[in-house]
Amino acid sequence: MPTSFVQAEFRVCIDDDRCRRCGRCVQQCGWGVYSFDERPLPDDVKCRACHRCVTFCPAHAITIEKSPLAFRDNASWQIGLRKSIWRQAETGGVMLTGMGNDKPYFSVFDHLVLDACQVTNPSIDPLREPMELRTYLGAKPDAVQVEADGAGGFRLKPGAGLRNNVELEAPIIFSPMSYGSVSLNVHRSLALAATRCGILMNTGEGGLHEDLFPYQDHVIVQVASGRFGVDPEYLNRGAAVEIKVGQGAKPGIGGHLPGEKIDEDVSVTRRIPCGADAISPAPHHDIYSIEDLRQLIFAIKEATGYKPVGVKIAAVHNVAAIASGIVHAGADYVYLDGFRGGTGAAPQVVRDHIGIPLEIAIAVVDQRLRDEGIRNRASIIAAGSIRSSADMAKAIALGADVVAIGTAALIALGCHLCQGCHTGSCSWGLTTQKAELTRRLDPEWGAERLSNLVRAWSHELKEILGALGVNAIESLRGSRERLRGVGLDAQTCKIIGVKPAGL
Amino acid sequence: MSAPLFFGGRVVGHTRAAPPVVRSGDRATIDCQSTYYTHVNDAVRQAFAEGVQTVCLDNVNGQRYIGTGLAGADRRIEVHGTPGQALGMFMDGPTIEVFGNAQDGVGNTMNGGTIIVHGSAGDVLGYGMRCGCVYIEGDVGYRVGIHMKAYKDLRPVLVCGGKARDFFGEYMAGGLLVLLGMDSRLPGPVVGGHLATGMHGGELYVRGEIEPWRCGKDVAVFPATAEEMEALGGVLADCCAALAKNLDEVLAAPFVRVRPASLRPYSELYTSL
Repeated sequence: MPTSFVQAEFRVCIDDDRCRRCGRCVQQCGWGVYSFDERPLPDDVKCRACHRCVTFCPAHAITIEKSPLAFRDNASWQIGLRKSIWRQAETGGVMLTGMGNDKPYFSVFDHLVLDACQVTNPSIDPLREPMELRTYLGAKPDAVQVEADGAGGFRLKPGAGLRNNVELEAPIIFSPMSYGSVSLNVHRSLALAATRCGILMNTGEGGLHEDLFPYQDHVIVQVASGRFGVDPEYLNRGAAVEIKVGQGAKPGIGGHLPGEKIDEDVSVTRRIPCGADAISPAPHHDIYSIEDLRQLIFAIKEATGYKPVGVKIAAVHNVAAIASGIVHAGADYVYLDGFRGGTGAAPQVVRDHIGIPLEIAIAVVDQRLRDEGIRNRASIIAAGSIRSSADMAKAIALGADVVAIGTAALIALGCHLCQGCHTGSCSWGLTTQKAELTRRLDPEWGAERLSNLVRAWSHELKEILGALGVNAIESLRGSRERLRGVGLDAQTCKIIGVKPAGL
Repeated sequence: MSAPLFFGGRVVGHTRAAPPVVRSGDRATIDCQSTYYTHVNDAVRQAFAEGVQTVCLDNVNGQRYIGTGLAGADRRIEVHGTPGQALGMFMDGPTIEVFGNAQDGVGNTMNGGTIIVHGSAGDVLGYGMRCGCVYIEGDVGYRVGIHMKAYKDLRPVLVCGGKARDFFGEYMAGGLLVLLGMDSRLPGPVVGGHLATGMHGGELYVRGEIEPWRCGKDVAVFPATAEEMEALGGVLADCCAALAKNLDEVLAAPFVRVRPASLRPYSELYTSL
């Protein structure tokens, strides 16, 4: 009997005339595609089309093609479904995958357009005029309180200004990716870039490595259900603390970092033995209610001298009511992770079928908090496939304060979306702990690329603001009047509070 | 002592002002009656910052987060009354002794130190606890000792003198969890259902017998061996000393040990393309 019905998805083609027999491809491939016998011999089945070998072949001799193997067309029984069934019939296992939901769900972002000034009000050129992107993460006062300054003017009353907010130079932060799911060099790159850009990175739930201590003022430390690496020192090092309740790629389920990924260094930050599975329970077992959540938020505040405490949830059906509860519980920000959010490992069935689109979640949460008069009490961070500065601008116009990028940051560092994060063999050295792979990412080089990305998106955001005729990101925040739907159905337009184009 | 505040006949219930503190040498006594928890905890932190070794909290009536996030192995807090939720959460070194009952979340995500409760306690004790000792004299509630974990020389110890409800030791990954089932005020069995569900490490002992159906499907119950009882003896002696229990009486009944079937329960769960 054949060992597997699953055939190669890609075909590795080496131009024999160009190939110099240098063996670079053999050395570069983390998946073990190549063997070498006088010339490189690829095993197509192992290829994930990550292009590491293509990028590093000095002769440009390698191309990766989609396998031309034909399957009888069947719009219902798509090829991926057939392959999953074959694999599950072989193993009896849960299909595991990495990165975000890749199914062709309707994209609201791709059906929203932004406004611009024409004739009746002037647009602004951000290259010549100041444009404010600075954003404060945290609770804002209920009202502006002023007092007479004794010289005929007014000044802010003492204690009436912003308290316990984190200042961001741009409304972009890096989303949580734990050390363990990504390499330490990824964490170093993110921390360096966050510090240089005046923004934040986020530890994820794997603890904070001591190499990141110098950047701690630009780090959000996360508290998840496994409580890995959580101690008073960890909590106090962060600029803010985040309680992770859910993740867009896997709402409602826990996580298992397999023992194979827990090497000596990862074991130090997680504070669990080498080789032990790191099992995060699905819920926090001390949070079964909004009251319990409030208790944890204030326990962290008591332990940290009242640092900002945020709560990260996956966008699910009743997200508006849940977010309202989170704000009433005293959170300084609500982090909404949409159903396209990335992951280092998640069951495919959960990743692809649970949760709701981020765009809708932002709009309904923002509206609910406004309706209750508590929008000022917490910032909204939006994440889950923010792919460009356009998505960022639209997310902010829908009601977000800040966007978080994870996949985009990894792409900047070399990720080619091959969806093999869970294998621990990332050829680009990102989602692996193998020393021969992790050393491929130089944190200094990585930080520069990430800083470039943040700078580029910031510039683009300024251009958008200029076109809108406003000079501060504050003026775009929650301004859905500056959005129009194109090809959005009436019900969705109503739910997200956006008019169709033409109105 | 400050009394509860009354506004138009409505009891607001707490005073938002610094509580009275009496210093005597390296000891400070704080009257917590009706004082809001933030002011009590500020006063505790301030007393320790001023070099006090022992803080005695009188008339404690539900103030939360006592000792939360507090460090310093030579510090001691005495609680007279009933402390509120999350006593000693994230704590890293001090000793807390409660003369009364405690509520939920004692020693939650605790990193070090000792908590002794001369009474019963509520739910979710020692959740994710990493080191230190918690000794509860009486009964405990649901979800006690969930996901305790050990690392190198860090090993959490949680001993409950009375009975426990469901989910005792769920997800246990490391450390030592002991249930004595003595001096209980609760009717019914020593422990509820779903005992040690998802356990994948650590040591869990129960004095007395457990019906197998009470356990999660991934654990099994064995009589404790002589070697195991010898290893347990030191902890039980410490616990008995702290709680003024009779060690001989504790050891008079046999113990069982709950063991996980696998230390890698999910290693065969997944596949991928």
